[in-house]
Amino acid sequence: MTEFSFFIEAVLSGLMAGVMYSLVALGFVLIFKASGVFNFAQGVMALFAGLTLVGLLQGTIPFIHTNNPAFALPPWAAILVTVAVMVVLAILIERLMLRPLVNQEEIILFMATLGLAYVLEGAGDILWGSDVKVLDLGLPQGASDWMLDTFNIYVEKIEVVAAVTAGILVTVLAIFFQKTRIGRALRAVADDHQAALSVGISLSTIWIIVWSVAGIVALVAGIMWGAKSGIQFSLSLIALKALPVLILGGFTSIPGAIVGGLIIGVGEKLAEIYAGPYVGGAIENWFAYMLALVFLLFRPQGLFGEKIIERV
Amino acid sequence: MNAEVTTAEAPAAAAAVADAPENDTAPAEERAAGHGAGAAPAPAPKETLLAVEDVSLAFGGVKALQNVSFDIAKGEIRAIIGPNGAGKTSMLNVINGFYHPQEGRIAFKGQLRRRMRPHFAAAQGIARTFQNVALFRGMTTLDNIMTGRALKMRRGILWQALHWGPARREELEHREFVEHVIDFLEIEHIRKTPVGRLPYGLQKRVELGRALAMEPDLLLLDEPMAGMNLEEKEDMSRFIIDVNEQFGTTIALIEHDMGVVMDLSDRVVVLDHGEKIADGTPEEVQADRRVIDAYLGVPND
Ligand SMILES: Nc1ncnc2c1ncn2[C@@H]1O[C@H](COP(=O)(O)OP(=O)(O)O)[C@@H](O)[C@H]1O
Ligand SMILES: [Mg+2]
Repeated sequence: MTEFSFFIEAVLSGLMAGVMYSLVALGFVLIFKASGVFNFAQGVMALFAGLTLVGLLQGTIPFIHTNNPAFALPPWAAILVTVAVMVVLAILIERLMLRPLVNQEEIILFMATLGLAYVLEGAGDILWGSDVKVLDLGLPQGASDWMLDTFNIYVEKIEVVAAVTAGILVTVLAIFFQKTRIGRALRAVADDHQAALSVGISLSTIWIIVWSVAGIVALVAGIMWGAKSGIQFSLSLIALKALPVLILGGFTSIPGAIVGGLIIGVGEKLAEIYAGPYVGGAIENWFAYMLALVFLLFRPQGLFGEKIIERV
Repeated sequence: MNAEVTTAEAPAAAAAVADAPENDTAPAEERAAGHGAGAAPAPAPKETLLAVEDVSLAFGGVKALQNVSFDIAKGEIRAIIGPNGAGKTSMLNVINGFYHPQEGRIAFKGQLRRRMRPHFAAAQGIARTFQNVALFRGMTTLDNIMTGRALKMRRGILWQALHWGPARREELEHREFVEHVIDFLEIEHIRKTPVGRLPYGLQKRVELGRALAMEPDLLLLDEPMAGMNLEEKEDMSRFIIDVNEQFGTTIALIEHDMGVVMDLSDRVVVLDHGEKIADGTPEEVQADRRVIDAYLGVPND
């Protein structure tokens, strides 16, 4: 294997991990833009979505945790039902959490999402059990022969599927937010609550939509992660990786979340491979935070974040 | 901070809690006569579009409005004037449901209600602009004005996610209407400019455009000419008159420039320290002793 194809392999594998970070960060950005809430529960939402999906696929009976194949749903139905569950969750969150706390300090809303994280984690355990679950959606496994034969590069098929799915999702979201009435309403709410209300945009509706989309993005993240590593508690920790992505990309920028995720994914892979040997390895664990710190020092608004300007 | 203040300070909160608004059935016509101790209310020959009845609003100890009553006739330009802090903006906020008064009622199109809610007000045909320009800064002029069509567009979220078929056609239809508004306000050249970059005068014009895109029956303008130069003021005055004459839109106008008020308005209501002190034609109001005192800062009582 040549030095170059080794490099390409590292970059690709970094991109694949980065797509994952981007997705989780995207969920954060959507919610932060529309409601000013820093949603600590984003990672747990991915876990919860993943657990629900596996439960439906295996026909797990909620609360009892035994599998009854008679109740098992085919993948497409399980995904649809899980999406519906995430939408219901969004409605409940709007009703029970956001509405009573509206116009409270941001820190209070943040605390509420901390609580939400624990509630969801507990709910996931109680409904579906806490053991590690295998997610089998029948996605292609193993190396892509084509890439191996043509370029002599090793890429896992599932990673390609994941990247393509994420790409499609991001494109649809981008069109949705740029070109449609609801997308416009969402940006309006993000810019000015009062003005948005004055043209008849309903904050509750927008919040439900945003949390639903964040839930669906979390589901996709959960599927990707779960297909490789199984659905387990550690899935919820990917949220911690999203934080440096947000600092890099800016908390309010959708392109920032995507590019930031990719940069961190690739950056940490390359750093591990090329700089790792000199410092004893394990760079992957802290590289993202290091990069975030550098950004905080020199460009606190992130790559694409709106410039922090005082109005005069 | 007591509960009263919190509610009042949280207009968005109140709005988001969109349970069914209370709706009494008492006829709007049984309005109390004007409360002003100044000039007698001018006769309102036309149909009443909006009636404010005995509205009182307080923020903790601050009485922003005290037993204010007045009406707005269909098709007229009604000015609301008064010194700073008189409660003018609060009055508009009560009318479109941002603030919920502790006392009093509002009748719009003959329907009497204890409190308005922003969404309902918008749906009923009340549009507004803000004293401090409240545009969606990240969006272009076109997109800003398109948000004014929010309530008129109905296609579901799935169609929109696909951005295809009926949703796309609907988008184009409304786009056409918005282009008319843009032509009307003579802002074609900034259609695609993010509004954050526009000079203040043009921002105010875009804000008017967004309100017009709602095709409102009642248009609330909070100091639309504040901070403008003479030429911009003349343009804005012309637009206000044209909107009123061409589309028959009823307008409530808060304005400090007395010349503008005298030129534009059919009737004027004067607030001072949250109380209505005069109500009548521009000439009547201008000659009113209490109004003159209020503006010259002579302490009354
Ligand atoms: N959201 C609010 N919270 C507390 N006080 C307010 C609020 N809005 C208005 N006020 C008070 O109500 C009074 C009237 O204000 P306002 O309606 O803005 O006056 P105007 O528009 O005539 O200048 C002022 O004393 C102001 O400080
Ligand atoms: Mg004011």
